[in-house]
Amino acid sequence: VMELPPSHHSATRAAALAACYLSYRRGSPGRGLALRAVRSGRRQDIDGVGQKYYLELVLEDVLDKDSTVNCTAEVLHHLGNKKIAPDVQFTIEGELKNTDEADNVFYNRIKSLEKELVAENIPDNHGNISPEMEPIRLLAWVASGYVIWQNSTENTKFQFAQIKHVKQVKRSDEYLEFDYMILLHEMVSQEIIPWQMTVLWHPQHGVQVTQESRQPKHASE
Amino acid sequence: ILISDLQEAVENQTGLRSYRNRRSLSEYNYEVYHSLEEIQDWMYHLNKTHSDLVHMFSVGKSYEGRPLFVLKLGKRSRPYKKAVWIDCGIHAREWIGPAFCQWFVKEALQTYQTDPAMRKMLTQLYFYIMPVFNVDGYHFSWTNDRFWRKTRSKNTRFRCHGVDANRNWKVKWCDEGASFHPCDDTYCGPFPESEPEVKAVAHFLRKHRKQIKAYLSFHAYAQMLLYPYSYKYATIPNFSCVESAAYNAVNALQSAYGIRYRYGPASSTLYVSSGSSMDWAYKNGIPYAFAFELRDTGHFGFLLPEMLIKPTCTETMLAVKNITLHLLKKCH
Repeated sequence: VMELPPSHHSATRAAALAACYLSYRRGSPGRGLALRAVRSGRRQDIDGVGQKYYLELVLEDVLDKDSTVNCTAEVLHHLGNKKIAPDVQFTIEGELKNTDEADNVFYNRIKSLEKELVAENIPDNHGNISPEMEPIRLLAWVASGYVIWQNSTENTKFQFAQIKHVKQVKRSDEYLEFDYMILLHEMVSQEIIPWQMTVLWHPQHGVQVTQESRQPKHASE
Repeated sequence: ILISDLQEAVENQTGLRSYRNRRSLSEYNYEVYHSLEEIQDWMYHLNKTHSDLVHMFSVGKSYEGRPLFVLKLGKRSRPYKKAVWIDCGIHAREWIGPAFCQWFVKEALQTYQTDPAMRKMLTQLYFYIMPVFNVDGYHFSWTNDRFWRKTRSKNTRFRCHGVDANRNWKVKWCDEGASFHPCDDTYCGPFPESEPEVKAVAHFLRKHRKQIKAYLSFHAYAQMLLYPYSYKYATIPNFSCVESAAYNAVNALQSAYGIRYRYGPASSTLYVSSGSSMDWAYKNGIPYAFAFELRDTGHFGFLLPEMLIKPTCTETMLAVKNITLHLLKKCH
């Protein structure tokens, strides 16, 4: 087992991946979690299995940067077959802020819309987001955590960049469904990659990505 | 004379007054992102109104024929002065870079009389500031594709445009961390210095290499202060000087709002890349070569909101002043 300097990119990439997974599992339109710092990292090469990272992380609440939480995480990148998503396990020390009220307000607001929600370019090119769109953006942030987890390797570092387009899909049950076209920024190749994802959410049932697919870069080069 | 200021009367009528006011130094809004045209107008204006401290010149032309403007800042106090080179916007979509370059110039001109540190800096050194390195790409990111990164040179064989201007320098060119494929965002170009922007700046830096003691390049995003090497995992000869300069700069930056920057050699801190301007500057004998990756760490990424321009620039000023004063104290 090898100790990693916390600023080394192998530690920070594994940490980013763990944070994305964690954000997906614990996030909501009222709660987005992002990686604040890596406190420590260790790497273990397991013969015939893959590379395992042991990490101590600090996460921050995207809506309240002063609110942080410590976590430990293990990330296992499987040897060879890159089609399998890495295994991630985590433990959060302490409690996350309760977001039930904000979640319910958003849920009821969307449920009571006369027409399905449609929007684009969130944030806009100057970084602006209207307060009504913030939960839509956070939902995309959280759902992108799933996409990033599923598609990451030791040589990638994905970040959510922008919602190009979002369209609410009418449902007869209690779930909210949104069809997103987002842009992901992959830091190592520096590419901006369009990605489609279908997202389900309900305040009691968390966030689910039911479909996701990488899209070709548009021809306007 | 019937109307003493006809221009003003017309502008009041048509509502153009605010644009006219924006052109004076204290009314230019440094807390919004500016188009290329606005930035060029701003440079022309400073060149005219602050000719004791500012001299604007061009190092060449971009692929699409735009001038590559540089501002030379400093008091013409003595015949030979060392210099610091600062460039922003090598990558088009990193808008906070050019915003910082403009902020730096504003701070220099506004606090030169009142701040002893700034007065010392402008008396003992010249600053060459290039607010927008990749003018064609920057313009394209305003009009077509907000996430454009490269230059806008046309490729003969593929339908893709542009070269990564930070992979096109002649230092271990197109080795690891750069791509040979013209459609990739880290495309190194057909040959080193193929991009007129890179060639023009390289020519200028080569010509002034004895004078220039620090090279600072501003990028976004990651919150890092990087030094050589990018192209390999190895320690630079003057490591202890550079590392301590980085350490102090990052602490100075943090003192503003508590924002933490990571620092270290680019290869291990960020990623291995070849053909970068920072490595080239260092190889060319500039003892302090740094690349800043400004705010944030991914929450907004390239789309940093305008209300964060001021805190980002304020804290970064502290780092740049710190590095500059460190530079004046020897230890190269």
